[in-house]
Amino acid sequence: MSPPIRFEMRRRTFLVGSASAIVAANIPWRANAQPTSLVGPDNSTVTLVVNGEARGLAIDNRTTLLDALREHLHLTGTKKGCDHGQCGACTVSVNGERINSCLSLAVMHEGDEVTTIEGLGTPQQLDPMQQAFVDHDGFQCGYCTPGQICSAKAVLQEIRDNVPSHVTRDLTATIEASDEEIRERMSGNICRCGAYANILEAIHQASGAQV
Amino acid sequence: MDFNQPADQNLFDRATVVGKPHARVDGVLKVTGKAPYAYERHDVVAGQLYGYPVGAAIAKGRITGIDASAARSAPGVRGVVTTLEIEPLGIWDYNVARLFGGDVVEHYQQAIAVVVAESFEQARAAAALLEVSYDRDKVDVDLEAGWERVRGTGEPSTLVGDVDAAFQSAAVTLDEIYHTPSHTHAMMEPHASIVDWSDGDQMTVWTSSQMIEWNRQALATNFGIDPDRIRVESPFIGGGFGGKLWLRADAVLAAIGSRAVGAPVKMALPRPFMINNTTHRSATIQRIRLAADADGKLTAIDHEAASHTLPGGRGENATAQTPFFYAAANRRVIHHLVEMHLPEASDMRAPGETSGLMALEIAMDEMAEKLGMDPVEFRIRNDTQVNPSDPAIPFSERHYVECLREGANRFGWSDRNTTPGGRREGMWLIGHGVAGAYRGHLNLKSGARATLSNGRLVIETDMTDIGTGSYTILTQTAAETMGLPMGRVEVRLGNSAWPVSSGSGGQFGASSSTAGVYAACVALREKIGERLGLQNPEFRDGNVIGNGEVTPLSEIAGEFSAEDSMNFGEFQSKDYLMATFGAHFVEVGVHVATGETRVRRMLAVCDAGRILNPITARSQVIGGMVMGTGGALSEELAVDLEHGFFANHDLASYEVAVHADIPHQEVIFLDTLDNVATPLKSKGVGELGLCGVAAAIANAAYNATGIRVRQYPLTLDRMIDQLPEV
Repeated sequence: MSPPIRFEMRRRTFLVGSASAIVAANIPWRANAQPTSLVGPDNSTVTLVVNGEARGLAIDNRTTLLDALREHLHLTGTKKGCDHGQCGACTVSVNGERINSCLSLAVMHEGDEVTTIEGLGTPQQLDPMQQAFVDHDGFQCGYCTPGQICSAKAVLQEIRDNVPSHVTRDLTATIEASDEEIRERMSGNICRCGAYANILEAIHQASGAQV
Repeated sequence: MDFNQPADQNLFDRATVVGKPHARVDGVLKVTGKAPYAYERHDVVAGQLYGYPVGAAIAKGRITGIDASAARSAPGVRGVVTTLEIEPLGIWDYNVARLFGGDVVEHYQQAIAVVVAESFEQARAAAALLEVSYDRDKVDVDLEAGWERVRGTGEPSTLVGDVDAAFQSAAVTLDEIYHTPSHTHAMMEPHASIVDWSDGDQMTVWTSSQMIEWNRQALATNFGIDPDRIRVESPFIGGGFGGKLWLRADAVLAAIGSRAVGAPVKMALPRPFMINNTTHRSATIQRIRLAADADGKLTAIDHEAASHTLPGGRGENATAQTPFFYAAANRRVIHHLVEMHLPEASDMRAPGETSGLMALEIAMDEMAEKLGMDPVEFRIRNDTQVNPSDPAIPFSERHYVECLREGANRFGWSDRNTTPGGRREGMWLIGHGVAGAYRGHLNLKSGARATLSNGRLVIETDMTDIGTGSYTILTQTAAETMGLPMGRVEVRLGNSAWPVSSGSGGQFGASSSTAGVYAACVALREKIGERLGLQNPEFRDGNVIGNGEVTPLSEIAGEFSAEDSMNFGEFQSKDYLMATFGAHFVEVGVHVATGETRVRRMLAVCDAGRILNPITARSQVIGGMVMGTGGALSEELAVDLEHGFFANHDLASYEVAVHADIPHQEVIFLDTLDNVATPLKSKGVGELGLCGVAAAIANAAYNATGIRVRQYPLTLDRMIDQLPEV
């Protein structure tokens, strides 16, 4: 499932993005401070705000956001399952919305706030959604798990924001976090081990805990 | 330790840890993204380069030339090795096609080159610059045509009684043909390896493998080197389902690349490359004939099946269960291999029984209907407690009837729809189906090392955890045996430096490896007892107890280490037949206008010996039910008959089940004990969970509509022209 279209949010994001681009263009250090070999027709610099921390990168223009995270920042919690938007293992949050990070080039994300699984919780202090996945055995091999958890967090937010899905029957009513709504919205995250029933229970638990 | 006779009462019958529901011990690592999978090991060796594979664009023939000059001079490229530059590599016992080397192409996307570059993007771009010319042979990859050639020929693998006479005198007979398509494992983590063979001497491999020792032996065979020069690590595996039993091109190409450029190389097989480059479950065509008397007792079973394989391979033996599952005095079983140059057919989760039961359990449903019997009762009437093809051999344990009765009771079978096409709710036709599950069980020798130091226990073994829960059940086993809390046990897996285990496959992993850890812990207990001068001490609550003294294990000075294996004796296969059993119950809705089938609820009852951890075992079974739902309704590798490859080689066009496809699922374990299997009295459950699921769905779809589909998957087009008027 593609992330739902959020017209209000999109417009705001676009304006913020445009404004920051203009500001950035007027800051002289960006163009001059980098070694010339790292910036050219094939490479660019980009600054991502990853899990709250600004991270400057000089990278190949072809590098996906996914590979920037995994290969350059060594944040390997985000997984590469298919590398072309079919499995959901690479799901991360960008400016509050979930995306498939394999379908997005890193250089498109100047100044964007990226939240990965590493930004949600640590082994010592789990996010309630992470704890719910442990409590309900919402995984087996664990490879799709970070993507499932990032998607699940976003799904609950989308439902709270009353963003409709394919299975929403009444567009004027308040959307509930029902089994049907959660299953539909999670269907872009494949789990070949087949933990879907447990993941559903985990999301309900986290939903009750007001993540 | 030798296991040469059935287990007596032992500590596992008084267990306080084994058999209890413990959360996965590696769960926290997985939910925080900290579990290190093969491609992510930035920490293990410096200077890793990126490899990218190139596959053959023909199914069969020879490569006449490869021009790699553009690739070699592309930005960032450190080396290119083509298959024409390498002598054909050795082929290990269970691989069929050569993994690399030489000019012969045996299947589409067989690896023919590796490009090594400083970045992934550079390697990928350069790989697209190779110019390859071929001398292409025509291929015949039509299983239907092959079936017509082989059917009725050959020697049966099982032949009991007089099948033809039984059919002539039977009150009721059935004779139908069933089709199952090829399936791909589609595990979420692609095959991936980092290999450091920089100096051409020691080779270190960080990979994603179900079988560490087989991986090491296969690498040694491929490269003609001593296995002692190879170390393999695979602590976390992102799913396997049989696809990672065997060495594949990722490790081989990374090793060649590393050797060529003198630096460590990492490679993951690109998803669209995986399905044709690696292995799959072969399609099958199966003719099943059943004969019964008027009371519903089967008098004859005749099962003839065909599957495809590369020359010299194993295919998919869909008759695997037929000699054993149901009673009948007369029986003929034969499996034909049709050789062709599709990619390599090999093992996928419950190889044999998965495809076999997809057909046999529809046939049983059809036969029950012909007899006018409840399909649950029909199966119960044909139960057997002995090997029906060799009645002197009993099943070690068999509770199939209890599975059916318990399932029927819990599912509400008595309230099912009994008239096919007779129950409608709005636009949905509602149906109920049942199918039996059978999966043979075996154990493999399994070893481990147990080390106690300062009251903490470390278990080391080359066993793997492919999501099955090995870390957790081995921790439980060691804790139980040593009388320690689980928090004081650390289990280390997936390293060839440690004792060889069963590995993970064929649903032998859990029972074999827990027995191996038990053996190592018993050896450790003996060492500690000797040191303290105690005869048969007791290990309980963190203490060793004997001669009236209680000594905390944490107060024993020094380090104790013991290594042992569990060796399973011949009696298991000579005196008994070991297997696991189950029953699946399903409710579906079929849309009256479109023919779309939706699964509404699922229930499985399993008889698989002691359940070592009901949480992880249940996850295995519901996972099997999910895979079976895909197998019933959507999974099919589509064959390009002209060019000889699977056309839908990605996760958008090969459709596995997703969240929206899966309803509420219920699993019941009978928690039987099998003394013959291991000292823990457990058997496998991970493959059992898949067996029979698809047939239960197909039977429910028939019950909903009255339309019998004998060709998987049950897509809309196979029903829509026969649905009632809207």
